[in-house]
Order: sequence, then structure tokens, then C-alpha cells
Amino acid sequence: MIEVKNIKKSFGDQMVLKGVSTVLDTGKTNLIIGQSGSGKTVFLKSLLGIHTPDSGTISFDGRIYSDLNADEKRELRTEIGMVFQGSALFDSMTVEENIGFPLKMFTSKTQKQIKERVDFVIDRVKLIDAHKKKPSEISGGMQKRVAIARAIVNNPKYLFCDEPNSGLDPKTAIVIDNLIQEITSEYNITTVINTHDMNSVMEIGDKIVFLKNGLKEWEGDKTQIFKTDNEAVTDFVYSSELFKKVREAVLKEGN
Amino acid sequence: MMLVRYLSQIGRYFLMLKEIFKKPTKWSVMRSLIFKEVDDLIIDSLGIVAFISFFVGGVVSIQTALNLTNPLIPKYLIGFATRQSVILEFAPTFISIIMAGKMGSFITSSIGTMRVTEQIDALEVMGVNSLNYLVFPKLIALLLYPFVIGISMFLGILGGWMAAVYGGFASADEFVNGLQVEFIPFHIAYAFIKTFVFALILATIPSFHGYYMKGGALEVGKASTVAFVWTSVVIILVNYILTQLLLTK
Repeated sequence: MIEVKNIKKSFGDQMVLKGVSTVLDTGKTNLIIGQSGSGKTVFLKSLLGIHTPDSGTISFDGRIYSDLNADEKRELRTEIGMVFQGSALFDSMTVEENIGFPLKMFTSKTQKQIKERVDFVIDRVKLIDAHKKKPSEISGGMQKRVAIARAIVNNPKYLFCDEPNSGLDPKTAIVIDNLIQEITSEYNITTVINTHDMNSVMEIGDKIVFLKNGLKEWEGDKTQIFKTDNEAVTDFVYSSELFKKVREAVLKEGN
Repeated sequence: MMLVRYLSQIGRYFLMLKEIFKKPTKWSVMRSLIFKEVDDLIIDSLGIVAFISFFVGGVVSIQTALNLTNPLIPKYLIGFATRQSVILEFAPTFISIIMAGKMGSFITSSIGTMRVTEQIDALEVMGVNSLNYLVFPKLIALLLYPFVIGISMFLGILGGWMAAVYGGFASADEFVNGLQVEFIPFHIAYAFIKTFVFALILATIPSFHGYYMKGGALEVGKASTVAFVWTSVVIILVNYILTQLLLTK
């Protein structure tokens, strides 16, 4: 569980996070949604330790990040898996080298043990015939699978995903969403996904935090979001005709 | 305002140097990174260094010969002038400026591309000291840079010898005699001290510009150009300072 208490972050005169508090649950996919500029990337980067909040605390299962010393922070980081928006795979490495990288860096596993673990996660994310290929030789969807495999190879407690569906076709996006959700419940990981994809919200939104102008505007789950009266949320969610019709159908069914 | 910006960049550069040596990467991983950098930075540069050195050595020799119009000036001066030019300046300094273009732009663009594609963020999130992982192997690989300059010196003089002898400007004996006249062994030490300092500059300034760049693909190109300019400027300035310190009495 990740507990965020009143975090604030400014860049120069611009205050991007104005005091966000929430609890991100273990074994669930926690989605951070909001319009561009709402502060969700800064929020995610603050959770990851890339940005240091000006005030407030972030605790990982009781460990307050700002109170940890350098070694404890390093230890905590080995418990984190991250799927970047553009996958961020290492160009110079093959798929299996990319996936095995955290094991090679942070464990004392032998080459054989690394190979076994890499083969296992490659099977788990259903990557076919990609072991020896470079990231540039595989499709965007496969790159996302490699990024997920790399993020989970060292059995993380926390999985962060920044726009995991960006640049993918709707069908592949659903496959990636489902894969993340399956992995989350299978390994009991605290997963945090930064997205503005409403299909993801509908598919895997166990918990949804809606940010607006650097503040938490609303939180709930994927069923509650279709029934909320919060104007900012409805403006965001029902900006497309398709979702307006979905909401009408949901409300009709509810009535 | 501009001065403050430059001073802040210089400060940031020295802080980066400090960071490179913190939290070292696991040796088994570092070893393979060093071998890769030796291949990319040193081995891949040998061809162009050999080509340029050989022909520039030849040109120095020919130009010296063509300027010796007075019959009283001995022909061995062709060998003498070629040796002095190649060992003191051409091989250590001008090859380093060429390498600032070749190696420097490679280093800046490869690290810059890793920055814009979030690969450096990925390393940091995993708990890797990205500066140690990316820059330290380059520094170690460039400890072999004096060998490149040694090869450049040899080929520059060989090129000069061939141009002088086969061009009919001097005999082989005269040229070799010129190479030996008033030879000061410290000049070799001076050239290699310079080379060693230039190697550190070549590894770190382009890395700095790649690591701290912001933006996209276009900015990677711009960062490479800026890195080349600054690496060249620093090499020229350091060359002047070291020459003052080491050669003047």
C-alpha cells in the first residue's frame, strides 16, 4: 500500500501539486486520471522519487520515503517496477538482455538462473520469437510487453505505469491493460497507472484518482465513475459521444 | 546574466564529475560496458586517425620542403620540422579536436537519445547511478586514448618520411637525421600529459551535454554541436595552459 499525504510540488512560481492525499491499494490497479496539465505526471514522478515533493509524505507500506537514508532508498527502488510511456527499453540490448538487466544489476543470480527467470517472464507476458531481437525490431505492443516483463522480473512490490497504452491500437491496448491487471492480482502488487485512456478506466479501474489543477478532485472505482455527479469528472469522462452513450446506458440499467 | 549561466553550468559539470564516482555499478556489468566503450570510442577511431595522421604528416613535410628555398639550409630540417609539428601539436591537439567531433558527437548523441527516450529515467528508477553507468566506462576506455595518439605520431612521421623521400625533397638518411636532431625526450612526456588531460575532457564534456539536455530529437543534434564547440574550446585553452606550465622556464 502506498499512502500519500498532502504532497505539494512547485517548479519556480508554478505550483503543480497543491496538496494531494490518497491511498493506493495493494493487489489493485490504481489509476491516476486527469486532463493534460493536471499534475498526474508530476504526481507519478514524485511517487517514483524522480521529483522530491516540497512538502507532504509518501509512505510505502509504512516506510516514509523522505525519512529513508540513501541505502534504504536504493533498497526500496529495487522493489519498484516501472513501465514508461515510450517503453524506455535499452536500444543497445536485446529483448532478453533488457528483461534480465535488473537481475544482473541487483541480484547475485547465476547466468543460468537469470536465463530461467527471463524465459519465465517472457512466457508470462506472451512474447513470442523475440528473445534475440533488438527493441527497434519489434512492434510497439511487443515493446510494451518487454517493458512489463522487465518491470516484473525482479518480483516488485510496486508497479508504476505511465500511459501504458499510448500509441497502441485499441485491441492491443486492452491486451496490455488486462496483462497489467492479471499480474497485479497474481503477484499482489500495488500498481499505479497514469492514464487518460477511458477504455483503461472501464477495463481495469479498481481504484481511480481524478486530478484537476494539482488537486484530487474525486476518487472511486470504475462503476462509481459512471454515476458520479462531479462536474469536472463528467466533463472529462464524457467528452466523447461514445462515453456519453455508455453513461446513458449505465444509468438506464441502474434505474 | 550570461556569465551566471556559464558559471552555473561549470558548477554543474564539476558536480557531475563527483557523481560519476559515487555508487559504483556492479563490476561484472561494468567490465562489459568498458569493453564496449573501448570498441566504440578507441577501436572505431583508429581508421580515421590513421588516415588523417599519415596524410597530414606528408603535407607538413612537403610544405616544409617547399619553404626551404635557401640552399644553405640543410635538408634534414624537413625531418626535424615534421617531428616537432607532429609530436608537439598535430597528434595530441589537432587529433583531439577531430576526436571532439567524432567521439564527442557520438557520446553526446547516444546519451542524449537515452535522455529523451527516458532510458536514463529507467536506470534511475531501478536504483542505478546513471552517471556512473554511462560515463565511468567512457573515462576508463579513454585511458587508452594515448595509444591512439602514439599511433598518430608514428603514422604522421611515417607519412612525412614517405612524402619527403618519394617526393624527392630529401633522402631517407637526411630525413631520419632530422628526426634525431636536438631531440628532447620531455617533449614526448609533454605530448602524452596533454593527451591524458584531453582524454578526460573528451569523455566528460560531451557526456555532460548529452546527460543534461532537454527536449527531443532536434535538441539531441543541437546538443552534439554545442558539445563539439565546448570540447574544442576547452581543449585549446587547456593546451595553452599546459604548454605555458610545462614548456616555458
